Formats: sequence, C-alpha cells, structure tokens
Amino acid sequence: MLRIECPCCGPRDHDEFRYGGDASVIRPVHDDPDPEAWYRYVYVRKNPAGLHREFWQHVMGCRQWLVVERDTRSHAIASVSFARKSPA
Amino acid sequence: MARYSAFSILRNALSGQRYWQRAWRAAEPKPAYDVVVIGGGGHGLATAFHLAENHGIRNVAVLEKGYVGGGNVGRNTTVIRSNYLLDGNTQFYEFSMKLWEGMSQALNFNVMFSQRGQLVTAHSADQLDSFSHRANIMRLNGIDADILDRDDVRRLTPYLDFSDTARFPIHGAIFQGRAGTARHDAVAWGYARAADAHGVDIIQNCEVTGFVRDGEKIVGVETTTGRIGAGKVGLAVAGHTSVLGAKAGLELPIESHVLQAFVTEPLKPLVDHVVAYGADHFYVSQSDKGGLVFGGNLDGYNSYAQRGNLGVVREAAEAAIALMPCISRVRLLRHWGGVMDMTPDASPIICPTPVEGLYLNGGWCYGGFKATPASGWCFAHTLATGEPHPLIAAYGLDRFRTGHTLDEAGAGPSAWLQ
Ligand SMILES: Cc1cc2nc3c(=O)[nH]c(=O)nc-3n(C[C@H](O)[C@H](O)[C@H](O)COP(=O)(O)OP(=O)(O)OC[C@H]3O[C@@H](n4cnc5c(N)ncnc54)[C@H](O)[C@@H]3O)c2cc1C
Ligand SMILES: [Zn+2]
Repeated sequence: MLRIECPCCGPRDHDEFRYGGDASVIRPVHDDPDPEAWYRYVYVRKNPAGLHREFWQHVMGCRQWLVVERDTRSHAIASVSFARKSPA
Repeated sequence: MARYSAFSILRNALSGQRYWQRAWRAAEPKPAYDVVVIGGGGHGLATAFHLAENHGIRNVAVLEKGYVGGGNVGRNTTVIRSNYLLDGNTQFYEFSMKLWEGMSQALNFNVMFSQRGQLVTAHSADQLDSFSHRANIMRLNGIDADILDRDDVRRLTPYLDFSDTARFPIHGAIFQGRAGTARHDAVAWGYARAADAHGVDIIQNCEVTGFVRDGEKIVGVETTTGRIGAGKVGLAVAGHTSVLGAKAGLELPIESHVLQAFVTEPLKPLVDHVVAYGADHFYVSQSDKGGLVFGGNLDGYNSYAQRGNLGVVREAAEAAIALMPCISRVRLLRHWGGVMDMTPDASPIICPTPVEGLYLNGGWCYGGFKATPASGWCFAHTLATGEPHPLIAAYGLDRFRTGHTLDEAGAGPSAWLQ
C-alpha cells in the first residue's frame, strides 16, 4: 500500500486516489502538426526503475490533482505537491 | 542427455534415485556467441531452443540475472487459451496452442498441459452477443469455440452464483474446450533442458548491465561476469524491457506494472475448468494440489517492486465471492506479484529494432505465458533471418506510429487503465 501525504487533506491511503500516469510528459501545443510529437506524447514513456514523477488525483478527498515523486522500486515517496501551483 | 521414459523412471527407482543426470549444465560463459538471448524466462529459453532446433544455430547463450524460472514464467496463473478476436492475435495464439499440444513430446519433459477447457461468463445479453461474434471469428480461423446458455453453464459449473441475488446474473458463456493450464516451472525447465541438449549455454546469476557497440551496431553485452560478444542480441526480459531498452538507446511505449496472483488452501476437487468472470477482472482454476489459483487486476501504477498491494487482494476476494459464494470461508494461503511490460494496446512487441544487432521480445502484458512456445518459435526465426516471422507481423514497434495498434482490450493508450 502507498500512503500519500495530500498537501490539502494529510496522509491518506492510495485507494482514495486515482493514478494519472507520468507527469513529466508534455502535451504538444494544440495545433502542432508534427505526428512524431503526438506519437511521443501519447505513447512513449521513460518508465524508470527509480524516481518517477507522476500524477495522482485525490478523488475521494479534496479532488486536487497532485504530482508525486515516487521510487518505483521501493514505493518510497520523496515529495507531493499540487499539480497546479496554487490550490483553488 | 539421458531421455526421460517409463524405463528411466523404473531404472532410477531401482537404483535409489541416485543416478539422475542434472537437467542442464552449469555453463561457463564463452568469450562470444552467434546469438546472446537476455532473460532466462520461458520466452528466452524457448527462443534459444528453437534457434538450435529450427535453424541449427547452436552457439547460443541465455543470460539470466537470477535463476531459470524465477521471473514471470514461474509467477503466472498458467492459463493457456487462444480465444482472441483480432487478426494477428487469433492466428498467433492458435499457433501457440498447437505447439502446447505437442510440447511434452517435443521437449521430452512433462509440462502437465491440461486441456480442461476455459469458459468466460457473460452477464448481459449484449455481452453474450459480443462473445458470439468472437466465437464466430475463432471458428472462421479454425479454432474451437462454443457459446453456452445459462443452463449449460450451470451444468458445467454448478458452484457459481445462480441465485436470484447474484450481483451480476450469468446469461451464458463462451467456452474453448482446448484451453487449459500447464505446469509453469516445468515449461522453463523443459525448455532449458532441451536447449542445453542442443549445446545452448544457460548462464544463471549473470545480469546484463550494458551493451557493447561497434559504431552503431551492437556486438555484445556487458554483464556482472564480464563482457560477452554476440553476433546478435535478443532481449526477452519481461517487465524489465524499458530498463535494458534504455541502455541500448530505445525509447519504448511500455510501462511496468505489477500483477498479482493468489492461491488458497487445498480443497477437494471443485473447479474442473478455468473460469473467467466476465463482469470483473477475475479468473480461477484448481491446481493439481487442490489450491484454487486466481488472478485479478493490475496494481495500476508504475512499479518494479515485484510485490502487490492489499487493495488488489480485497478486490480479487470480492470478485471471487461475487462469482463463487461457496468459497467465502476458504483461506488465502499466498499472494505474489510479477513485474510486467504493459503496452498501450495490450499486445506484445516482438520485432527487429532500429538498433542494428538488437531484437526485441517484450510487452506481453497479462498474457505472455500462453504465448511462450510461439514467441520462442517466431523470435528465433526473427533472430536467425533478420526478418519478422509472418505470424508476428502485427507486433512491430512501428504500429504505434502508423496507427495500426492491435487493441484487443479496447482500453486506449494508458497502460494503467487496462
Ligand atoms: C501474476 C501473473 C499472472 C499471470 N497469468 C498469466 C496467465 O494465466 N496466462 C498467461 O498467458 N500469462 C500470464 N501472465 C504473464 C506471463 O507470465 C508473462 O507474460 C510471461 O511469462 C513473460 O515472459 P517470460 O516467461 O520470458 O518472462 P520472465 O520469466 O519474467 O523472464 C524474464 C527474465 O529476464 C530476467 N532479466 C531481467 N533483467 C535482466 C538482466 N538485466 N540481465 C539478465 N536477465 C534479466 C529476469 O530475471 C527473468 O527471469 C501472468 C503474469 C503474472 C505476473
Ligand atoms: Zn486531498
């Protein structure tokens, strides 16, 4: 089990969250015509064995999207922050 | 290699079991091989065997960082079936099924392939319709498939929930009689022994840590026991494809996730088939020792931890009881996890790569055990000839770029949603 320290609600079981995948992937701009950029955005992942920056949404709590830095080998969480700089 | 037979069992019994030969040699690595296969799981070993058996390439090494059978080949729930829908999948998995049917003979090793039949329950008229579509496609491809109505299902599996209070009432099922299970460790050992008998070196406790290049071309591997040269390198490392792929400069559409399996205390014979629950991700079969073996969902976040989480244990138990209320008091003995490559379309990637000298066999998602013999057969062909075998033409890396994904699960590009 993971315990995620939600900056809004405090430490919670990860069952309260929805996983949102790799947070380091950057969406190409809306009208980017380069198929390669879209291919990379949709499909390619670094998938590191180690520190991973990833999205989690606290669906059963404050509903904020968070960025969690987690070691994929040990599940140790290095940091949690709001995905948007300031919470609404 | 001494062959196994009724006679050899008798002779060894009469001599106190003292003179059995070891199943394969503890090989020392040579400086170089024609082909180096990374990963001593089912796929790597099957590849090495078929390189020797089908193509006469015997100067081959299989490098395994742990021990043979310690990876997913020894962690899966052993279900073998060929009830696929999409062109590319249907033919490949049926070819695999045919190889399973002859495997114990081909390897001279009893892999305990048991064609007990698999049924997937349908829980709405629509679901049964979609199963009929699948069954028709299977039959058009010469694969056995039957559609069962509720009464048929009840006759075969009376222990499922047919009560008025069932959470999702059973409407019928799709049934494949030739599907079943095999002893997974025996598959690894059988291939290891048969490959070794052809002269393949199986080197355990040898982790590949990097690649040796001559210009752009890969000409060998760095390992924890030193450098080994290779004419060609085949990567078959199950959940660790991204880690090694990155070392060769490959960027892949793969995420590693943990899948768990469970086994209960032994029971009297109860479940004759493999039963998959059409309303949730849950399936069950009974092992020869009597334990119910079952599997459930992915943990759903990137992981190399090779252990699961309790939330999934609870989900699997809930699904088990919804389908089979009679096992609600049965104790769970063990659960474990395996690290798997999840691809965005839930189909494997097995092909030559853009890196010269490097060939890829990965992305098997939940279902690569059943693929083991066909994967080995086709990957050996690809390594030997440099060209993908026709049966794996749909499994190329380029399909994501060109839009030819093979999305059997219909789950889209997010591995964690599968
Ligand atoms: C819980 C669970 C249930 C499953 N159930 C089923 C099922 O019912 N039916 C089905 O068809 N499939 C199932 N699967 C999937 C199936 O087990 C896998 O797809 C398949 O076994 C993967 O291929 P493999 O056997 O070669 O992998 P593995 O046995 O994992 O082989 C890969 C090997 O590579 C080695 N390796 C990794 N990195 C290195 C390195 N750097 N150097 C050297 N060696 C390395 C590993 O140690 C490992 O032994 C299941 C998987 C899991 C985890
Ligand atoms: Zn919160």
